[in-house]
Amino acid sequence: MASSAADVRPAVGPQSGETNLQRPPGAAKRWLALLFLAPALFLLGAIVVYPTIDTIAQSFQDDTTRSFVGLDNYQRAAQSDTIVTAIKNNAIWVLSAPAIITSLGLMFAVLTERVKFATAIKIIVFMPMAISFLATGVIWRVTMYEPSPELGLLNAVIGKASEVTGGAGGYPTARVLPDAPVEQVASGAVVVREPLEAGGTALVGLTAIAEGDVPADAVQAVDAEAPQDGLAVVVWRDFKPGGGEAGVVEDGEVGLPGAEVQVLDSSGEVVASDVTAADGTVTFEGLGEGPFTPQVAASTFSEGFTGIRWLGADLVTPAIIAAFCWMWGGFALVVIGAGLSALPRDVLEAARVDGANEWQTFRHVTFPLLAPVLGVVFVTMVINVLKIFDIILMAPGASQDEANVIALEMYRSAFTSRQYGLGSVIAVLIFVLVIPIMILNIRRFRRED
Amino acid sequence: MVAAGDEIVTGRRSRFRRALSNGPVAVFLILMGLFWMTPTFGLFVSSFRSAADSTTSGWWTVFSEPRQLTLEPYERLLSNDSLMTALFNTAKITIPASLLVVLVAALAAYAFAWIDFRGREPMFLLVIALLVVPLQMALIPVARLFGNVGLFGTVWAAIVFHVAFGLPFAIFLLRNFFIGIPHELLEAARIDGASEWAIFSKIVLPLGMPAIASLLIFQFLWTWNDLLVGLVFTDQSSAPITVFIRDQLRQFSSNLDVIAPAAFISMIVPLIVFFAFQRYFVQGLLAGSIK
Repeated sequence: MASSAADVRPAVGPQSGETNLQRPPGAAKRWLALLFLAPALFLLGAIVVYPTIDTIAQSFQDDTTRSFVGLDNYQRAAQSDTIVTAIKNNAIWVLSAPAIITSLGLMFAVLTERVKFATAIKIIVFMPMAISFLATGVIWRVTMYEPSPELGLLNAVIGKASEVTGGAGGYPTARVLPDAPVEQVASGAVVVREPLEAGGTALVGLTAIAEGDVPADAVQAVDAEAPQDGLAVVVWRDFKPGGGEAGVVEDGEVGLPGAEVQVLDSSGEVVASDVTAADGTVTFEGLGEGPFTPQVAASTFSEGFTGIRWLGADLVTPAIIAAFCWMWGGFALVVIGAGLSALPRDVLEAARVDGANEWQTFRHVTFPLLAPVLGVVFVTMVINVLKIFDIILMAPGASQDEANVIALEMYRSAFTSRQYGLGSVIAVLIFVLVIPIMILNIRRFRRED
Repeated sequence: MVAAGDEIVTGRRSRFRRALSNGPVAVFLILMGLFWMTPTFGLFVSSFRSAADSTTSGWWTVFSEPRQLTLEPYERLLSNDSLMTALFNTAKITIPASLLVVLVAALAAYAFAWIDFRGREPMFLLVIALLVVPLQMALIPVARLFGNVGLFGTVWAAIVFHVAFGLPFAIFLLRNFFIGIPHELLEAARIDGASEWAIFSKIVLPLGMPAIASLLIFQFLWTWNDLLVGLVFTDQSSAPITVFIRDQLRQFSSNLDVIAPAAFISMIVPLIVFFAFQRYFVQGLLAGSIK
């Protein structure tokens, strides 16, 4: 835009002296300009410029009386743990989000150039830009980050994956009775207290198993006969409605199929293992003399994957940053994509003709030519991230302090706890952080104009 | 001849190779596209499920049990007066704020682009400097100011604040566009004795429409999606929908059936604007991505 104006002006240069005569003289022109500028100047002065100065003043003043207190507010801010946490978190944000988003945008922009459905991908990735930070937070919290694998998609996917690689055992709630001949050890395995000689049968009665947790194929438990040179193990639900005797396999008590039984020799080595049948029994032959210690492996009682607390104290900041990247990836894609399509095609073709492969072309031609655009995206994201506010509210109350950032803390200090001095200090901090970018903008403008 | 033949062969070969390597790229992009859509789609589905279903199973279970889908959450929301008031407030803030920014900024941009007055350069540099001033810098004094003049707690407090903080970007964008309008057009009008106002309204505004459209959409989305300004300057009766959702969010898990549809309702208007005027939105972004 600026360059086209520059093209036009010199062309009409010779006439401008002539037309100047017809234009209003200097003072009148000034009044005219002021008339056009008045609404904007009034609003900018009253709502932006004057308040900015006033906030700087307030940062050195008492909250309500506004008497000068020197650096008191700044000292209080430096000593406040919440503010220090917020600054640390903002540092994490600034160091990660702009780089991730710029790389994401670059990757998408380069890749979409190679496919026919580029526009569709651009629209899909760009769409979250239209949504508010708050809605983005709600979306990610509700659909992706719920801690329960039943409710949150991320945990559901991880849960499914961990089920394939082991995962939950069949009887996570099962317990043994206190005076039973078996005990549950620290590892979670249920171990027979007294080692058995060959030919013995171990009875492993379990309780506290809900009706629904008993597999449908379970049948009446059987007190199995052990082979001469081996062992028999019965794992059953030692419970029937109306009582019954503990430690004895009775009518109406079902076997627990699918329990993993291991046989340990006297040195503690696992010499055999198998899984119980529908009646809860498993027999081991050809073990030898003994003595043996059978146990039901801990995996049978494992609770499996219970869900990662994405928005818990440890992961809350990375989790919110991920949602933020989802939101702004499209911005980077569109801006970098526009830069990419403006690149001189002949330069790229020349590189390819010279025998550069795709990666070399990207690394030595595309990337350097795109650097200014990448810079714009990066700087825009830095400004954005310094002011990040609404999206943090997706964190549940308990972890909101862990996820705190300066803009949120500014709101809290000033409008929740009415500490205007402290709030002003934080506002000034954000302001100071964007000043380098302000100078950069002014310099760039002066150069281009 | 031989060399030319070689070139064709290698050309064909590299095109073939590129097509091959584009297969994985296409698959990867399709997967990424699906992933990118998942959260929004998940919220959309969640907003059609009852409170009971939402607390016992994941939203993706609707694929195996489509009978979970119900309009009940929306029926309840539409009869929820505080939500409807909040939605209405959002419109009452967004529409005037967007129009006013464009009007006020267009006037100023015209002066910066086409009226040659002393102090133009430093004044415009000030506008550029204000581009990145965080609105946190103004919240406390402006809240006091609005309290003194009786604006605090009304939609007008939010409107005035949005307009003022929208101005630097708007003036910057429009001035850069206006300055590209052919000089001869304006000079000719001036020679014909047209007033500056006539030139502004009859020549510059119509020619500036593409930029004005971008700005309008940009400002509309920005204001519609705002939470902070609404939180600080409005009260219960004038609060926008984002503030309503934020209040619901504070007592979360119990009311997913309110939050999901409320969030989705708040998204519908910006999404429609986005899809209808995508081109202008992108232009606005590209023109002003230093904000």
